[in-house]
Order: sequence, then C-alpha cells, then structure tokens
Amino acid sequence: MAIAFKSPTTSFFQLKKNNPETHSFLRFSTQRFATPARRFTPMSAISTVPTVGLSETFTRLKKQGKVAFIPYITAGDPDLSTTAEALKVLDSCGSDIIELGVPYSDPLADGPVIQAAATRSLARGTNYNAIISMLKEVIPQLSSPIALFSYYNPILKRGVEQFMSAIKDVGVHGLVVPDVPLEETEILRREASKHGIELVLLTTPTTPTERMKAIVEAAEGFVYLVSSIGVTGARASVSDRVPTLLQDIKAATTKPVAVGFGISKPEHVKQVVGWGADGVIVGSAMVKLLNEAKSPEEGLKELEVFTKSLKAALE
Amino acid sequence: MACNMRTDLLISQICPTSGHVSVKRRIGNASVVRAVVVDHNSLVKNIIGSTSSLIMKRPTLPNPQLVEETDNERKGCKGKFGRFGGKFVPETLISCLSNLEAEFNLVLHDAQFQAELATALRDYVGRETPLYFAERLTNHYKKNNNGEGPEIYLKREDLNHGGAHKINNAIAQAMIAKRLGRKSIVAATGAGQHGVATAAACAKLSLQCTIFMGTKDMEKQSSNLVLMKLLGAEVKSVDGNFKEATSEAFREWVGNLESSYYLTGTVVGPHPCPSMVREFQSVIGKETRRQAMDKWGGKPDVLVACVGSGSNALGLFHEFIKEKDVRLIGVEAGGFGLESDKHSATLAKGDVGVYHGTMSYLLQDEEGQIIRPHSVGVGLEYPAVGPELSFLKDTGRAEYYSVTDKEALNACQMLCRLEGIIPSLEASHALAFLNKLCPTLPTGTKVVVNCSGRGDKDAEMILNHKYYPMEKQFPASQNS
Repeated sequence: MAIAFKSPTTSFFQLKKNNPETHSFLRFSTQRFATPARRFTPMSAISTVPTVGLSETFTRLKKQGKVAFIPYITAGDPDLSTTAEALKVLDSCGSDIIELGVPYSDPLADGPVIQAAATRSLARGTNYNAIISMLKEVIPQLSSPIALFSYYNPILKRGVEQFMSAIKDVGVHGLVVPDVPLEETEILRREASKHGIELVLLTTPTTPTERMKAIVEAAEGFVYLVSSIGVTGARASVSDRVPTLLQDIKAATTKPVAVGFGISKPEHVKQVVGWGADGVIVGSAMVKLLNEAKSPEEGLKELEVFTKSLKAALE
Repeated sequence: MACNMRTDLLISQICPTSGHVSVKRRIGNASVVRAVVVDHNSLVKNIIGSTSSLIMKRPTLPNPQLVEETDNERKGCKGKFGRFGGKFVPETLISCLSNLEAEFNLVLHDAQFQAELATALRDYVGRETPLYFAERLTNHYKKNNNGEGPEIYLKREDLNHGGAHKINNAIAQAMIAKRLGRKSIVAATGAGQHGVATAAACAKLSLQCTIFMGTKDMEKQSSNLVLMKLLGAEVKSVDGNFKEATSEAFREWVGNLESSYYLTGTVVGPHPCPSMVREFQSVIGKETRRQAMDKWGGKPDVLVACVGSGSNALGLFHEFIKEKDVRLIGVEAGGFGLESDKHSATLAKGDVGVYHGTMSYLLQDEEGQIIRPHSVGVGLEYPAVGPELSFLKDTGRAEYYSVTDKEALNACQMLCRLEGIIPSLEASHALAFLNKLCPTLPTGTKVVVNCSGRGDKDAEMILNHKYYPMEKQFPASQNS
C-alpha cells in the first residue's frame, strides 16, 4: 500500500513562498482537493482514511532504517480549529504517528503543562463529539495515523464499545489509556480488537521484568516506554535508565518500542535514537510551544520549526 | 471477638487467583442472601418533603434488582468489592502499590506492630473514645413523638487527638511508612483534619510531611491550616478544593516513589488504600461493639454516619456488616438540595466510573468529566465515594440518604445547645438525619451516631454563615 504519503518539504515551502500574503494553512484547509498532488496521488484523494496503522508504520520505517517521530498535542488547546491545523502541520513536517490527547478534568499522569492544556481546552467547551467531528474532517487529509490518548473514565462513560466504534469510524488507528493497568485492560483489549483499534500499553522503570513481559505481549501498535518515574513534562535530560530498559524490552519482544515523557530537545531525540528506540514521543514541549506563542498562527509556525528540528535529529 | 477481623482477612488472602469462591450464606430458610436495592432518589424526595414511614424498615421494590454478594466480594478480595475497587492508576505506581499491599498484609499479623499501634491508639490518640448516651437529644425526639423514640448514643470520635477519627488511620500508616524506610509523607486534605492528623503523626515519628490543600478549603478551614504548620508540615496550596489537592498529591507521589509515602486519608484510591484505611478505622466499630455489650448487653440496632468518601462510616459499619439485624445508614451531603447542582451526594446522584484509581460511584457530567461538589461540610466535598460503600449500596446492605446544608447547620447547633457538644459540620449531617429517623423507630431501639469530629474548626463559619447564620435563627437565650 505504498501510496505516496510523505510530503516533500520543498514543495510545501514553495507554495508558502508563492503566497506570502495568504496564510498558507488556511489556504490548505479550504482547498484540500485542489492542492497539487504533493501529498496525495489521485487514488488516495478518493479514499477517506490512511490505511496504514501504527504497527505497519513502524514496519515500514524499520525497513527504511528510520525511527518514528511521534508528537503529542492536546485537543482543543487553544481551540479545535488550531488543533486541526496543528495536526496538519505535524503531519506535513514528517511526523510518523500523531498522538492526540482528549482533555480530562483530572489527568493524574500529566504534569503542569498538559494539565493546564486540558483545563484550557475544557474551559473552551471542548467535548468528545466536537473532537470526533474535527477528526472526521481532518484525518482524511493526513498521511500519518492518529493515536488517541484518553483517560479511562470518559471512555467508560461513553461505553467502551461505542467509544471504539466511533473513533474507528473517523479513522483513528490507535489508543493509549494511561490509567488502566494490565489487569484491568480486558474489556479495552476486547473492544479494541473487535474494532480494529491498536491498544498501546505502557511500561515504566518501576515495572518488574516479568510484568513487563506480560505487558509487551499484550501491547498492540507499539510498546510505550515511559522514560522516567513521574508525570509528563520536559526534563533537563532523559533518564539514564532508558538504555537498560530498552534492552530488556527488546530481549522480550520484537514489537516496536517508543520512548516518551521528558523529551523536549533535538539532543534528547538523538540520544534516545542512539539507545535503540524505534520511536520517540514528544508531548509537553509541543503543548508548551503552542500555548506560549503570541497567537495561534504564530504557534503553528513555531510548531513547524520545532517539529523539523526534532525530526532532523532523527536523521 | 477481636479475632474475627484478623481471621477474616487471613481467609481473604488465601482467595483463589482465578474465579470466585462463591459462598451461599444461609439466613433462615433462604439459601441465598437476597439483597434489596433501594431506590434512593425517590426515597430522598419523599424524605425531604415529610417524615416518611418509608424509613421505618427497608422497603422492597416491586422488582428488586438482585446483586448477589459472594463472601470474597464483600471482603474486597484482590481489591475488588464486586465490580468496584481495583487499581486504575498509571503503570508507574503498580509496583509500589503491590509492595504496599504486601507490607500491609505483613503488619496485620505482626504482633509487635499491632502492640505498638495499640499503645499509640491508647496513649497518643486517646482511645477508647466514649460511647455517650445523649439523654437530652433522646428526650427531645421522644417529646416530639408522644414519648416514643429510640435511645441515641454518640460515638465520640471528636475526642480523639486532633479532633477527628482521621488520626486512627494516619498514625497506623505513618508507622507503615517508617517500616518501609520512607523519609517523607505526602497527603491531601479537605477539611484539614486528615492534614492535622498526618502532620501530628509525622512529628511523632520524625517524618517529613507535605500536605496538599485546596485554596478554597484553606479559606474555610484556616484554623486547621495553622495547626498543620505548627506541627511542622509543609502545606502546599492547589487551585480548587480537595479533589484537586488529591490529584496533585498523587502526582507528587508518582514523582517521588522511592522516597515518599502517599498517606491516604480515606477509603478511596487504588487497592490497597481503601482496605488499609478501612482496617485502621474499624477500631471504631470494634470498640462500639464492646461498649454496647457493656452498656446494654446487646448490639446497636442502627448505625448512622456521615459519608464524604466513607472513612468514618466504614470505620463504624465494618464490624457489623455481616450482621443483617444491624441497620447501616450513611448520610451524604445534600448541599443546596439534590435538585440543585450544588451538593455532594455521590451515591444518590452519581453513576459508576473510575476516579483517583478506583472504580466507584462518582459525580460526573455526560462527558465523564468530574464535577466539583459542594457542601457546607468541607470534609464531605468529594465527588466520589469509597468502593466498599458503593458495594454496600448495590447489595442493599447499607441505606443512604442525604441532608441539606441548612439541616446540617441546624443539627449542629441543636447538639451544641442540648448536649454541650460541638460536632463538626460533617458529623452534623449524620445528626441531622435523626430528625427523620427517630419518629420511625420504636422505644428501646439503640441508635449509635458516629460523631466523627469536633466543630471548633467550623465555629466561626457556623455563627456567620452567609445563608444561615446561627445567631439569627437561634438567639443565645433560646434553649429547649
């Protein structure tokens, strides 16, 4: 299924240069089918969903000897239309998988940056249906698969089956639920499997080896290695336990392993790649950038620059 | 008598790793314990309207929903009470929780630990707390009901060191933290009682103490804030109230797993927290049994306790759960009324979800976002409730009602004036329910109300309450 998904960055720049007046992002959103075939071959312009899921993405990248770049942003911060644009920016800048966080009132696994993003998003009235509608519009325009990041209670409230079915319908490929330990994942795994959603599981520095083995056995899409003991948030350096943890996991499974929590600089990315990770996840740094920008448009521009710098570190 | 609890817990540890040991208990000719689920919403509506004969005995609905309980479910085997409980936390915490569970099981059978704890409870906390016959309160209800009515006893948890039942658990867990070699404690507090208890225990055991408290709560319970600081705790403020403070304490704990110990104050949270707190609070019920036997040669007939997240209620109830002839009544915070959105009546108005690590009833909106609750009793402002209490609701073993802020404030002042005891606003909720309960009970019934804390922290707020200031309604000259 090797339809040309990846956009050559040169043509992206060219279009931007040709239209200095017009805001390039707005232009893309209004003329999606009129854009030159920089991204889509005519065939994929007809299909509504990128067909490649998380595992397949990793398989493809591995063949190319590449490491996956996986950014995370919170839906609805500063607002859903910016999120829609941000998804496109991240996609066009070479993200391989994109994690999208569903805002929750009590995000226990998240540090101050992502907590604040969730609060802002909820204050704006972001809700599940709005996120689904937005994804329905945007996912067909993306080449990277989306993995949703959601706490358990909102999923339960909706009903696990309905949740899985709804996200599958709009083209989401994967799901990460940070507050459900392996023992409690039975229902999630069953419904995810039934609906073709890849349920990513997390392992951490405190997870004993035997338990880690059970987790990686059950994980789909990829294994999420939490790099440090604590909540999300940028740190000065990536924990030096990561190399050993990576080794242990790779001894237990051939599934791809992506490292997340605390990664915020190109140097961090280089380090993690050097240690043998199959993917690198960057969250708080992205969210912070979008929030600290003077305006959503500024934020999107900065996001682009930042994403490219991180992506470059993967080469 | 006291062996019962220990033996039960021993049995629960041998529970099979797969499947249930289903124990069909016999009562009379029935081979299965049939549980009745009471429709609390309609009950509460009736109660608010008038004293209702509905409370006289547990009513049966035309089509009772049966939730059969197995013995293991009831005991919280593997941290589950039926469908409630569990460990819904990030993977990072799982290993730590397993270690905690192992340590908890060890201390339960460690004679030296138990002896040290008993000494601390006696000499430091000030146990046993009296079971006090509230004669004037009893007569007040009898007078209003043609001389008929129950005898009301108060379990004086307000007389504990620190002013509430919280210390029973705080001292025990601080001792466990010390055993585990932790140097610092992190905790969250609502009304401040758990904060004060934890700070005191930490001072006694030479542990560093960090307490998270919501900014809103700090304003309302400022005297407790002062006490915590005096006891050497570092108090960190969190925007919001107890639910935000708890979330933040969790995060602090996750970031410092190796050095710090999260001291939970109530029967919520991931397993083993609810079971641990219940075990340490169950001293309330055990003493009550002994004292009841001494006083009237029998058991209590009705137990009444306020329910925020459930620690004092479970502490009183747990000893008697297996004895169906003892009625268990939990009273939740009705705030401005259940029809308003300003209350904290989780069991009446909530539905089942996952919050702060456990599956239980909680107050959430249609998106599954957690609602911030309200009550004049700050310690009752929690949008969820302990999983074991949720289980008691589903099996019909416990009855739950609610009272409004106004009723609680009235009840507080009534106890002040009739018995010279100042109850906390939280405990006042349990007392307020007596208005509806007593007229339905025949003379000779023994009712024990858990007076879970004293009201010094609330005194100023009670006198100057924005909506129901005390002096305006009950001037000093009035004494009934």
